[in-house]
Amino acid sequence: MTFLSTATLVARKDLLVEARSREVIYTSLLFAISCMLVFAFGLVKDGRVIADAAGAILWITIAFAGTLALSRIFDRERQNETLRALLLAPTPRAAIYVGKFAGVLGLLLLVEGIVVPLVVLMFDAQLFRHTGWMLGLLLAGSAGYAAVGTLFAAMLARSRSRGALLPVLLYPITVPVIIGGVRGTAALLQPEADLVLARAWLMMLIAFDAVFITLSLWTFEPAMTE
Amino acid sequence: MDFTSLTFSNVSRHFGRRRALSSVSFAVHAGQVVALLGANGSGKSTLLSIAATLLEASSGEVRYGEVTARGGGAGLRRAIGVLGHDLYVYPELSAAENLRFFGHLYGLDKVEHRVAAALGAAALADRGDDPVATYSRGMRQRLALERALLHEPRLLLLDEPFTGLDDPSSLALRGRLAHLRERGGIVLLTTHELEAIETLVDAAYVLVRGRVQPLINGAGSLRERYRQQVEA
Repeated sequence: MTFLSTATLVARKDLLVEARSREVIYTSLLFAISCMLVFAFGLVKDGRVIADAAGAILWITIAFAGTLALSRIFDRERQNETLRALLLAPTPRAAIYVGKFAGVLGLLLLVEGIVVPLVVLMFDAQLFRHTGWMLGLLLAGSAGYAAVGTLFAAMLARSRSRGALLPVLLYPITVPVIIGGVRGTAALLQPEADLVLARAWLMMLIAFDAVFITLSLWTFEPAMTE
Repeated sequence: MDFTSLTFSNVSRHFGRRRALSSVSFAVHAGQVVALLGANGSGKSTLLSIAATLLEASSGEVRYGEVTARGGGAGLRRAIGVLGHDLYVYPELSAAENLRFFGHLYGLDKVEHRVAAALGAAALADRGDDPVATYSRGMRQRLALERALLHEPRLLLLDEPFTGLDDPSSLALRGRLAHLRERGGIVLLTTHELEAIETLVDAAYVLVRGRVQPLINGAGSLRERYRQQVEA
């Protein structure tokens, strides 16, 4: 079993389990939509959105919904101790991490597939004016968030206070992702899109991804051995 | 990799200030079924987790033949099968999907053939495509045992394997373990159902507050000797 085939197998299993239960996708979506409705009441005045608010609303919603999804995905592995079964397999444990990361990222992108059009509709945000750049920001930002989140959620899977600890650990580390996403999106939403600035933020997000995916690959095995 | 013995040498494990295991030493050899007896919280599951390479000993050493857990890596994990108190199966997936997933994860050949054989052995051939969430505890237990045996491990670690099993299933499990012993397997199990393993085990050890002692020899059933030893 190669590294890549193990990771693919684990990610496919996570998506199959989710396709059967649809628990993560429904709860994350409901939460994301509720979040946006609250923002819509708070940040829209006389039919106009506060400048640059759409980008912030989008990324905060993604972060909150992502935390919910991460908690639930690893709760599932904890309930029947299947995470232990994965760690017992004769495969590189880093491949298990990559598989879980890919599964989390896939679900996060699925949620974004609904949330992004809703932001466009509710806040009249021209997110698809530069589709390629926007998709790049979403993909790089979500990958960074999922990379850190998967590591922390796996480490906390057996902790009693994991529900409280995950956001406490995750949000400070992923602040650069949220800032990068918000500022990059704001650059694209200007009347004359600032593509140079958007590219700078995208590069920062890609650098963050490279650093944290590498760190997670190094630390996953020791972190999972009790 | 392969090995013919599992040896614990002065294994201790602490969780913070609590000592779960204290200088545990004993060995299990190929072709033996050995029971770990003890009250709840005596350290049995901790010892199994250490043997499974899921937990590291605070001090002391576990050897699989000549190899340690750290040195054995993935090759060693391939030779170990574990049935935990929690069953290590995904309730959203069917029994066949669970077995197929773990078969591929272990890099086994002829996965479909092994899955069909495992479903037959678990008496789940007619329910193999149903989600595990719809199974009774006994059915899940039988499936979990087959999952642990799918890759034909040398070392089998069983935590309360008789939980939820009816008489025919319990009998089948005893037959399965006896067969494994004949094939040179190393079986280390914990159970409170001492009558079920009376004729099966080659040796038994008692854990009391993290310390291990061999079960006393003499007349009487396993349970009588166990009670005698614990109450002494």
